[in-house]
Amino acid sequence: MTLLEDLAPPPEVEVKPRAVSRRERWQLRLPLLPALIYTIVVTQIPFLVTLWYSFQSYFWNTPAPAHFNGLANYKTVFTNPAFRGSLVRSVVMTVTAVIVAMILGVFFAVLLDRKFLGRSVVRTLMITPFLVMPVAAALVWAGPMLDPQFGLVNYLLQPFGVHHVAWLSTHALGSVILVMIWQWTPFMMLIVLAGLQSQPSDTLEAAKVDGAGAFATFRELTFPHLRPYIELGVLLGSIYLVNTFDAVKAMTQGGPGTSTTNLPYYLYQQVNNAFDIGGAAATGVVTVILTIIVATFALRMFARVFQFEEA
Amino acid sequence: MTATATATAVPVRDREPAGLRVRRMSGQVGWGVLAWVVGIAFFLPVLWMVLTAFKPESAAQTWPPKFVFSPTLAQFRLVFSGWGPYVTHSLIATTVSTVLVLLLGVPAAYALSVHPVPHWRDGLFFFISTKMLPIVAAIGPLYVIALKTHLLDSIWVLIILYTAMNLPLAIWLIRSFMLEVPKEMLEAAELDGAGRIREIGEVILPVISPGLVSTALICVIFAWNELFLALNLTVTNAATMPMFLISSVPQEGLYLAHLSAAATVASVPVILVGWIAQRSLVRGLSMGAIK
Repeated sequence: MTLLEDLAPPPEVEVKPRAVSRRERWQLRLPLLPALIYTIVVTQIPFLVTLWYSFQSYFWNTPAPAHFNGLANYKTVFTNPAFRGSLVRSVVMTVTAVIVAMILGVFFAVLLDRKFLGRSVVRTLMITPFLVMPVAAALVWAGPMLDPQFGLVNYLLQPFGVHHVAWLSTHALGSVILVMIWQWTPFMMLIVLAGLQSQPSDTLEAAKVDGAGAFATFRELTFPHLRPYIELGVLLGSIYLVNTFDAVKAMTQGGPGTSTTNLPYYLYQQVNNAFDIGGAAATGVVTVILTIIVATFALRMFARVFQFEEA
Repeated sequence: MTATATATAVPVRDREPAGLRVRRMSGQVGWGVLAWVVGIAFFLPVLWMVLTAFKPESAAQTWPPKFVFSPTLAQFRLVFSGWGPYVTHSLIATTVSTVLVLLLGVPAAYALSVHPVPHWRDGLFFFISTKMLPIVAAIGPLYVIALKTHLLDSIWVLIILYTAMNLPLAIWLIRSFMLEVPKEMLEAAELDGAGRIREIGEVILPVISPGLVSTALICVIFAWNELFLALNLTVTNAATMPMFLISSVPQEGLYLAHLSAAATVASVPVILVGWIAQRSLVRGLSMGAIK
């Protein structure tokens, strides 16, 4: 269990410095082409079309054909508070869920790193939330768990003076984030646990012999060792969580009001409720530009995480 | 005197480690208990979902919630009477897209690891960068494209998109397995005069087949659970299990038990797969970064 170096060039590239003939180069490329062409066609063309429609006025529920309307859609995006609001909520949801899930994940991983009776059973119990179908998780939380009248959560919180709280109306955003955290903590835990278990035991022994306390050992040795694992967990968790749609759709439909409308849900509404392809496209283009800015950093982080053993 | 001294000295020397051991053991028990409590607390919603699924509808909506009740399979019968088309679509979209991912992913991973193309690193990062582009941003135009190519509400639109969705992850993952194929085996095959196809078929694939299985499992999980694209691009002819769940919440009336049964049925396959394949789960989710 180690993070692999992996991106170091396989040696044979260096071993054969002679010019590779054209034929040979195509032979090398051939197996890559189907996947490459497929990915370019399926993932890039929709974005080009998005760019095209972002300059059009097009409502798919009306017979009127699409027509060019310049930057009008973009003007709406930047002046309409709905976009800004949903962007902010997306960021709040993702950042909160990722950070809390990671903190809990580290805590659980430390718990599971020790030997105790039934450890593998507890591990299995803990990873289960991640395996529940996201929309099923959201619906079960919204219904049997958080129902104001019959929900298990209100029942369990009764001794603490909580009485029939309508969580999805009064704490909608928090409830959605709660479900995101519940589902993603196991993921973070698995990654951090892999990091803990890859830690060479002799350094830990040495620290103990030197009389280092448990906390000092964790701070000075374990945490630096875990860092790339934590970065990897944060990175992958963010990639998935920023697209959270299922929990919003199944729990709150973006409400009450727009209090849980994140970007994916806002785009969904533009297409399905407002039939506004042009507006959704412009929102999409702005989203993609923002994503590219963030992804540039993320990709750099990726390269670093996957290479760290080379250093 | 000396006798008493040794007599007392021995137990003293003995008592300390014994005391330490007791402390250490009770500490271990404490950790164990804490871990169990946390684990059960985390599992509780799943347990509650399964319990509620076995309740009659009237017992699912009571205050205080019922923990003891006479279990019934009525909700499951109801689910199984309605899930036919949904589960069929889900099975088709999941299996076909996973097969396509493997067919496209194995050669691509080969070209990025065993005999790497020039600029293979750029290729690798191109694939992963597509995972970062939010597909939600293109949903309006995707709808229009699907409409104009007559793919709207057909199972093919899901197969095509799920394949693209899982392909980058699969390529990274399969590549990480291919890098573990011993160099000697590849060289031996080359000396035998094996061509590229024989090299893949007779040397690499047998070695990485467990890796391919875990890659397939990860793809199956993501495709099976996908809601956003299905909800936007299909209505009835290709509606999948996640949509079945959404539709199991009625506008009015009692539904918590029925919903729980549907959620249980939809989740159990992936839960079982994940429980069995815990090890490969970590590797798969980290795209091969963690072995």
